[in-house]
Amino acid sequence: MLRLIRSVLLLVCLGAVLPASAAIKVLATTPEWAALTIELGGDRVNVYTATSPFQDVHRVDAKPSLVARARSADLVVAAGAELEIGWLPVLLQDSGNPRIQPGSPGYFEATSQLSLLEVPARVDRSLGDIHPLGNPHAHLDPHNVAAVAKGLSVRLALVDPSGAQYYAERGTSFQARWQQAIVRWEADAAPLKGVNVVVIHRDQAYLCHWLGLIEVAAIEPKPGVPPSAGYLGELVAKLTAAPPRMILRNAYNDPKAADWLSERIHAPVVLLPYTVGGTPEAKDLFGLFDDTVKRLLAAPK
Amino acid sequence: MTSFKSITAVCALACTLLPTVSRAADDVATVRAELQTLKKDYDARVAALEARIAQLESAVAAPVASAASGPPPTPPAPTRAGNSGATAFNPALSLILVGRYASLSQDPANYRIAGFIPNDGDGPGQRGFSLGESELTVAANVDPYFFANATIAVQADNHIDVEEAYFKTIALRDGFVLKGGRFFSGVGYLNEVHAHAWDFIDQPLIYQALFASQFTQDGAQLKWVAPTDTFFELGAEAGNGANFPGTELDKNGLNAYALFAHLGGDIGDSTSWRTGASWLDERANNRMFDDGVEAGVPVQNAFTGKSRTWMADAILKWAPHGDPTIHQLKVQAEYMHRDEDGQLFFDGPGATLGGPYKSAQSGWYLQSVYQFMPRWRVGARYDDLDSGTPRIGLIANGLFSSAEFPVLLPASPRRVSAMLDWAPSEFSRLRAQYAWDEARAADERDRQFFLQYIYAIGAHGAHKF
Repeated sequence: MLRLIRSVLLLVCLGAVLPASAAIKVLATTPEWAALTIELGGDRVNVYTATSPFQDVHRVDAKPSLVARARSADLVVAAGAELEIGWLPVLLQDSGNPRIQPGSPGYFEATSQLSLLEVPARVDRSLGDIHPLGNPHAHLDPHNVAAVAKGLSVRLALVDPSGAQYYAERGTSFQARWQQAIVRWEADAAPLKGVNVVVIHRDQAYLCHWLGLIEVAAIEPKPGVPPSAGYLGELVAKLTAAPPRMILRNAYNDPKAADWLSERIHAPVVLLPYTVGGTPEAKDLFGLFDDTVKRLLAAPK
Repeated sequence: MTSFKSITAVCALACTLLPTVSRAADDVATVRAELQTLKKDYDARVAALEARIAQLESAVAAPVASAASGPPPTPPAPTRAGNSGATAFNPALSLILVGRYASLSQDPANYRIAGFIPNDGDGPGQRGFSLGESELTVAANVDPYFFANATIAVQADNHIDVEEAYFKTIALRDGFVLKGGRFFSGVGYLNEVHAHAWDFIDQPLIYQALFASQFTQDGAQLKWVAPTDTFFELGAEAGNGANFPGTELDKNGLNAYALFAHLGGDIGDSTSWRTGASWLDERANNRMFDDGVEAGVPVQNAFTGKSRTWMADAILKWAPHGDPTIHQLKVQAEYMHRDEDGQLFFDGPGATLGGPYKSAQSGWYLQSVYQFMPRWRVGARYDDLDSGTPRIGLIANGLFSSAEFPVLLPASPRRVSAMLDWAPSEFSRLRAQYAWDEARAADERDRQFFLQYIYAIGAHGAHKF
C-alpha cells in the first residue's frame, strides 16, 4: 500500500515538474480540422486527432485515451453542429479541464464560423439521424475552410497570445496559397458542373454544392439509416432510367452498398478521401482537394 | 487602362450624341455644356472603376478577403447562438422506455443466490410481460461552475426512485472533478452503467449478490485525471452507506468509503482498453435477511459488522480502425471479493441470540459481445461465484447446526447467458436472451428466456466508454 501511494505521489510530482513544452496542446476531433490547425499553428501547436480518416465520426467511443488528451488540452477544435454529440460531451466533462468547456476560448467549433446547408425545417427522429443545426460535414467546400481558418487563426492567438504575430503571418500565408489553389481547383473542376452523382450519406453535400455536382440520390434513404432491399430496388429502377455519371464513396464507407449499386446501374464508384489521410495522396488539406478533384475528373465518362 | 477609358468615353459619347443630333442643333452651347458635364461624370465613373480594379489586383497578390472567382464563401454567421447546447436554457431531457417478456422454468419467488446473504436486488424479475423502469433524465449546466443531472426512474408498480441526482464541477482545474448527491459509485466497471446501456438484460450475478445490482452512494466523489497521455484516473468517495451491503447508521459520521483507480489506452487504431481496481469499505448495523423457517415461523437474522470489497475490472473494445459501424468486439471481466466480519444474530422464535460471524466470498464474470453485421450483435456471459464457508459462532459453540442457516450453506452459483440484439438505430434496441441459471443449485437449474425492448427519446445521450 505504502509503495503504491509513493509511486502515485511520484507520478503526481512528475506531472507537475516536467517542463511544459512551448507548443500549445490541441485536441482536434477530425483529421481535416487537425490539418487546418497544423497549417495555421505550425510549430506552436501540438495536435492530437481524436479520430482516423476511416472512422465514422458519428460513432466514436469516449475512449480513455481521449479523456487523457482532453485533460491536458489547451484547445479543442471540433466540427460542431452536434456532429460529436455522442462522445465529446463525455470527454469534456470527465477531463477536469475548465479551459476547454463550451463557451471558453479553448473550445472552438468550425461550423460556428459558417452558415450550414440543410438546416432541417422539421426536427424529428423519424427522419433519421438528422442534425438540427444543419449538415456539419462542411469542410469539403474550400471556401468554408478559408472562413474557418480565419476564425481559427484568431482563436489560436487568443489561446496563445504570445504567438499572435506568428499566427497572423501563417494565416495570411495560408489564405494566399489557399485562394490560389481554389482558383486552380475551380478551373480544373469546371467540367464537373451539372454532373449527376449518387452519394451514400449526406456528407458530400458541401462538395456537390461547391462544384455544382447534382446529387440525384443517396444510398441511405434517410441520414444514418441503412437501405432496405425494397428501397435499393426502387433506387436501381430509378437510376437505370436516368443513370448518374458516378457513385461517390468516402474512404470510411463500407464499399458493399456502393459496389452493389454500381454493378446494377453501370455507373463507376469513385472513391474519395473525404478527409485528410483518407487516401495516400490526401496528405494535407491541399492534397485532400487536389486528390478529390483529380479522382472526380478521372471517373470514366 | 487608357484604351479602356477612351472606348468607354467614345461609347458614352456615341450614345449621348445620337439622340442629341436627331433633335437638331437648337442650342449648340447647351449641348456643349451637357457634353462637358457628361464627360466629367464618366471620367469620375471610370476613375472609380480603375480604383476598384487596382484594389482587386492587390487583393489577388496578397489575398485575405473573398476569392476572385467561383461562388462566394458561405458567410460567417457570428450571431448564431452556436456551440450546440440544448435548446435555449431548457435542460436536456431524455426518456428511456424499457419493457420485456420473461419465461422462467422456476418460480422467481424462491430465487436466491445460494450461499450469499440475500438482498432485494437479485433475481430475474417476474414472469410474462412486464414494464421495466421508465427512466427520465434531466441535465444541464447550472452556471459556469456546476453541471447537474437527475435520473428519475418510475417503476412498473408506480413507485418512483431517484436513481441519480448529482451535481458535478466543471470549473475545477488540473484534472479534478467533484461530484456530490446521489450517484452510482465509480467502483468496478458496470456499476456506473445505466440499465439501458447494459449488454445483457440483467446484471452479472456477482453484482446482484454483492450490491443488489448496483451500488449507489449518497455522498461525494472526487476524481482526478493524471496529466499523462495514457489515461490514469484516481477516485475517492465517501457516502452515508445506506445501501446494501451497508445500512443506515444513526450517527453524524460517514459510512461508505470507496477508492478506485483506472488505467486505459489504445493499442493501434483499432483497440482500446481500460482496467481498474476498486475498494469499498462499509459498515452494516442490523442488516436483516430471511433465513429459513423455524417451527413454522420465518426466521429473520441480522448482521452487524464490517463489509469490505475488493474489485478488479478490465474491458477491451476492438473495431476495424476504431469504427464500430460494421464490426465491433467487446470483452469485459470483473472479479470481486468481499470480507465481512462482525456479529450474526439469530432472531427466530424466542430470545435473540448472537455470535461472531466471518465470511470471505468472491465471484467473477466474463462476457463478450460481437457485432457481426451492422445493427446485429451476439453475446455470451459466464458467471461464477464462490460463497466460501462462513465461520458462524453460533454453530461453532454448538448452539445451532449449520442446517439452521440454510441461506449461508456453502455454494458455488453459476450461470451461462446468451444474447442476440438488433438496434435499428442508435435510439432503439430489441433483444433476446437465454440463460441457464444455477444460482439456487446445480440441480435447480432455471431456464430463463427474455425478450426486451429499449427506446430512447429526447436529447441525444453521450455514453461513457
